[in-house]
Amino acid sequence: MNNPYIPNPTVIRRITTENDANDIKTFELVFTDPEALKNFRYRCGQFAEISVFGAGECPIGIASSPTDQGYIQFTVKKVGVVTTALHNSEEGTIIGVRGPFGNGFPLEAMEGRNVVIIGGGFAFTTLRSLTNFILHKTNRDRFKDLTVIYGARNPGELIYKYDLKTWGQRDDIDLNVTIDQAVPGWTGLVGFVPAVVKEVAPSSDNAIAIICGPPIMIKFTMPVVSELGFSPDETFLSLEMRMKCGIGKCGRCNIGNKFVCKDGPVFTFKELQMMPKEH
Amino acid sequence: MVVFQMVWKVIGKNKIPTLIQELNKEYEVFTPVKKENLVFFERVSSGNEAFLDFQNTKKSPKEVFFPQTEILFTYEINKQGVEIEKAPVLKRDIVLLGIRPCDAKGFLLLDKFFSSGEYKDLYYLEKRRNTTIIGLACNRPLSTCFCTSMGGAPFGKEGMDLLLQDINDKYLIETVTERGEKLIKKLPWLKDAENGDIDKVRSLSRNVEKAIKSKVSVEGVSKKLDGMFDNKQWDLIHEKCLGCGVCTYLCPTCCCFDILDEATTKWKRVRIWDSCQFSCFTLQGSGYNPRPSGKERMRQRIMHKFNYFPKNYGENFCVGCGRCVQECPVNFDIREVVEAISTDIWREKDE
Repeated sequence: MNNPYIPNPTVIRRITTENDANDIKTFELVFTDPEALKNFRYRCGQFAEISVFGAGECPIGIASSPTDQGYIQFTVKKVGVVTTALHNSEEGTIIGVRGPFGNGFPLEAMEGRNVVIIGGGFAFTTLRSLTNFILHKTNRDRFKDLTVIYGARNPGELIYKYDLKTWGQRDDIDLNVTIDQAVPGWTGLVGFVPAVVKEVAPSSDNAIAIICGPPIMIKFTMPVVSELGFSPDETFLSLEMRMKCGIGKCGRCNIGNKFVCKDGPVFTFKELQMMPKEH
Repeated sequence: MVVFQMVWKVIGKNKIPTLIQELNKEYEVFTPVKKENLVFFERVSSGNEAFLDFQNTKKSPKEVFFPQTEILFTYEINKQGVEIEKAPVLKRDIVLLGIRPCDAKGFLLLDKFFSSGEYKDLYYLEKRRNTTIIGLACNRPLSTCFCTSMGGAPFGKEGMDLLLQDINDKYLIETVTERGEKLIKKLPWLKDAENGDIDKVRSLSRNVEKAIKSKVSVEGVSKKLDGMFDNKQWDLIHEKCLGCGVCTYLCPTCCCFDILDEATTKWKRVRIWDSCQFSCFTLQGSGYNPRPSGKERMRQRIMHKFNYFPKNYGENFCVGCGRCVQECPVNFDIREVVEAISTDIWREKDE
């Protein structure tokens, strides 16, 4: 039996700084063992435990799409010991990866449907994975209209600007990027995510909503989404929780009797309504 | 079906060191030891270290399979990259001698937890699967003991391979499982028990069970807790709690852990006991904490034991050993909480 606590070695191939504050970077990793790459089959919305050797381990959502061949990406904000050590690492550094963990987004249920993706701030990472997955030429036909609403505090804090640019040039995605307050030079949308969702008013007809963002955004976005007619069992949220093991054993990421690491991180709004309000 | 004959043997108390000495040749033997007035389980190298004259050990034996600090693997960072070396889990099979029936029941619950789900916890399971448990029945329960309320008994055999039962200057050894029988066969010098001895322990067992006066009604508590997440009593009961976490450390079933990297001569990834009673347990990188105060943390402990775990595994996550009651510095008593929930006092106060 495989020991789920042992990480697989990867090498940092490329580091991309994502924001002006310089505290969010995307790390592109390649497995040193081709067997490990083959075994790392993931879905959009899953996460992995990242080992920075000499510092420790932390769980990070997978930012690349399964359609990206030969590498995986993680977008990491510098907040604690491990993420700081990761930010101080250079290309070529060996990084451990174990996973993928968690349930991921309900891709099967989304097929043949309109998809509305709503994200705020730095939580956009697995939503970016999902967007790229849907937009990939091998998948685009399987889904109907794609609406993406993404907000950040200011233009400098928008991550994946290169993707936003590419997406903006396509006609098979309705992209709505917003910032909290107007600044000179910004010609896009202005306003908090809930307000923009209301303004864009994506139709809930044959649609599924996928939401991820800070607690305050979730709190004010949910009523808007409900008002637009998205039913609680077709509204999916990806949650954040402190984790250590990633496999349902270390005991800290539970909400009621569910563990965010193994039963989530993606839950329907209906499931969340039945769960204790402790997230 | 495996048929084995239930045998009763007998061993003089003065022969316990000999027994341990002999087992030591083949097994890693863990027994209770007494150090600085604390009784806890440790690997013993000689028969004289074992200390069996206790009411219950201060620390539960969970650390034999789930040590307070355990190396998951070691690694070296060198020019070639990183070399990971898996930590050997088990050197030899284990004999765990002298655990009480409450703690043996605790292991059955931990077994369920660590072997469940897509990913098994091999560190716990490998040690556990290669262990023979020689239990020790309880003659002198403490006032804080409530095993009988939690489905256990002072002479309970659940989870034991062999059970020692204390009658004056000797122990009767009851064979409970095939694994226990195998061990007994390695000890041909053990004498057979006499019928009189067996009658003696049977009546002793009944008397001791009656001596457990502390009763808690747990029937239906799990279900009642379903509607009590927002009960106002949570605001009150946590107030005296210091958040020291001793309840969770001493608990035979609490098994939450943290994982971190440590350097000595080599880098090690270790897991260490953690506690839901600590504020940083759920503190997120952003500074947000879904369990910001003692209220949420106390609620988590009670709900986990009497609602969440029963939902997932069909049993309460408490065996009634009473350690959390005995050792709490502010006399928090989990029995009172369970009783108040079970008798609807909480519900009535909330209305």
